[in-house]
Amino acid sequence: MEKKALLISGNEACVEGALYAGIQFYAGYPITPSSEIPEGLARKLPKYGGVMIQMEDEIAAMAATIGASLTGKKAMTATSGPGFSLKQENLGFASFNEVPCVIVNVMRGGPSTGAPTGPSQGDVMQARWGTHGDHPIVALAPNSIPEIFTETVRGFNITEKFRIPVILLLDEIIAHMRERIIFPEKGELEVVDRLKPTVPPDQYKPFDVTNSPLPLVPPMAAYGSGYRFHVTGLNHRTDGFPTNNGDLIEKEMHRIMDKVDLYKKDIFKTETYMLDDAEVAIVAYGSSSRAAKYAVNALREQGIKAGMLRYITIWPFDEAAIEKLAQKVKFIVVPELNFGQLILEVERAAKGKTRVYGVNRVNIEIIHPHEIIEKVKELFHGI
Amino acid sequence: MAFEYEKYIRKGTLPHIWCPGCGHGIVMKSLLRAIDGLKLDKNDIAVVSGIGCASRLPGYLDMNTLHTTHGRALAFATGIRLSNPKLKVIVVSGDGDAAAIGGNHFIHAARRNIEITLLVFNNSIYGMTGGQVAPTTPLGAIATTMPYGNIDPPFDIVKLAEGAGATFVARTTSYHTAQTEQLIKQAIMHKGFSVIDIIDACPVQFGRRNKPKEAPDMMQIQKDNSMPIQLAQKKTPEEIAGKIITGVFVKKDLPSYMDTYYTTIIPKAQAK
Ligand SMILES: Cc1ncc(C[n+]2csc(CCOP(=O)(O)OP(=O)(O)O)c2C)c(N)n1
Ligand code: SF4
Ligand SMILES: [Mg+2]
Repeated sequence: MEKKALLISGNEACVEGALYAGIQFYAGYPITPSSEIPEGLARKLPKYGGVMIQMEDEIAAMAATIGASLTGKKAMTATSGPGFSLKQENLGFASFNEVPCVIVNVMRGGPSTGAPTGPSQGDVMQARWGTHGDHPIVALAPNSIPEIFTETVRGFNITEKFRIPVILLLDEIIAHMRERIIFPEKGELEVVDRLKPTVPPDQYKPFDVTNSPLPLVPPMAAYGSGYRFHVTGLNHRTDGFPTNNGDLIEKEMHRIMDKVDLYKKDIFKTETYMLDDAEVAIVAYGSSSRAAKYAVNALREQGIKAGMLRYITIWPFDEAAIEKLAQKVKFIVVPELNFGQLILEVERAAKGKTRVYGVNRVNIEIIHPHEIIEKVKELFHGI
Repeated sequence: MAFEYEKYIRKGTLPHIWCPGCGHGIVMKSLLRAIDGLKLDKNDIAVVSGIGCASRLPGYLDMNTLHTTHGRALAFATGIRLSNPKLKVIVVSGDGDAAAIGGNHFIHAARRNIEITLLVFNNSIYGMTGGQVAPTTPLGAIATTMPYGNIDPPFDIVKLAEGAGATFVARTTSYHTAQTEQLIKQAIMHKGFSVIDIIDACPVQFGRRNKPKEAPDMMQIQKDNSMPIQLAQKKTPEEIAGKIITGVFVKKDLPSYMDTYYTTIIPKAQAK
């Protein structure tokens, strides 16, 4: 059977990816440029028996998403800058209590109301540190319509498997742009469900990992399944009840943070382009990486061996990839639609072994390939 | 035979955190009696709360329990209710939790008429954080953030719920334990959003700065000052001024959100 190719937008691809992954619950509050996601799910989710609800604000949407996930459902919410700010307190609750959920943030120009229809990559650090306190988080940044589909599926898989909230960082460009996509068949992509407890209800402790088949990941019962358990945003013991015992608090904090470290190899995803013999590297993500790829080709035509390292998983940040790169390239250029956010991680990981330069824009226009090309040429010939 | 609270209390979670004389524990007992009276299965009840002294209640109950963020319990509960229609969902909230930071979720849950029961433990003060003014504190009362007397007019939780569209609205006090139990029963069985404003006592943070000071006297006031709604309806506004009017204010049968979603939205979408 020949597969049908479609021309759809990034937000539509996100809807389809979520359905492919088995989404059962969506709560949201409309905001440009993310609104096609709730609109699509309002039409499609009930067809599969799922629930889509438009809540009174983004705080409520994040809360309802967590509530649904606690009943065992695959849950998602989507928003943009201002709404992402509102979600932060409850996002911390989900992170602390290891409640699987996917949070889509279609980045737009900020701060504040900023540019509702203008692109930006200004929420990279907020995705990592937006909620108060140290906490585990995963953020993914696809750069094309087919990849939004596959990364949405992967996002659900990561959150369900490891019980870490996953933020899907899209931006206005790729959310609204249309590209050709061929949907994978059922079974073609892996779809993961969360671990369920195997102990009887009276022995179940919601944060106990002693007998878990996945080290550091506690199996998760659902409300209403006969497992009666407690979940609180207070520091808690492995049985879910609050504690002020510093040793127990520290142990749990370490476990949830160590979990990211333990599984980072499964979570990391980068792509390299023409990097093998590169003298100059461009490190990019999201829509800016599209310009970066073009720049690599153009630079090579002009005799400069450029290559690209593209981050698809942004958080946790794959430092080793930069460390390796820093040993062999003359310099690194990081194009971003912000004042330079991920570049801080790149510099940190490069440990001074190479120089790192930004190409930045905050005028709600995309980064053009020629800006990257000019910057590279200028630096290259200046050396 | 004495009522067996142990059946519903989680082992190892007592003693509770509430101060001696606090009304919250008394209301918890009425809640448990109501649940027992309805013969509900503990597996089929979710108890959700926000933050505050009252909100510590779910942790003590051997049910599906969730202690969320300040003011947001109804929103978490909405997700639970919609994704597992089998679960009866009870939200326990302080007056600050429900009417200040959670005010938006309160009015929208009421408007939506979602099948959730909200119990407002209304002690007219922020107990947990040390006696700051609440949106339920009477005018003139002393609070740590209103040291010269409160000038911020209070909400009437019953009127707020009614105005926002709740289809079951009642009021009682922590003194009236039998009435509280009966009203909670009705509220849980109501199809739609049900709210009970439970006038409660915080001797430690409200009493200490206001009159009466002691817990027994606060209970006495709840008793002496209350008037059933049936009686109040026959009185003039002057006669009922300052009274705590108790009983059922609203009981309506209107389409409820979850039921309507499952019986109309899903079939419509699936027919397309
Ligand atoms: C977002 C947020 N803001 C403020 C607080 C601090 N806080 C904790 S409980 C509380 C008030 C509780 O009062 P109420 O809801 O009336 O419950 P009570 O303690 O009186 O039972 C406040 C302001 C918080 N925990 N979270
Ligand atoms: S501070 Fe007030 S509300 Fe809180 S437990 Fe003590 S008496 Fe009860
Ligand atoms: Mg209070």
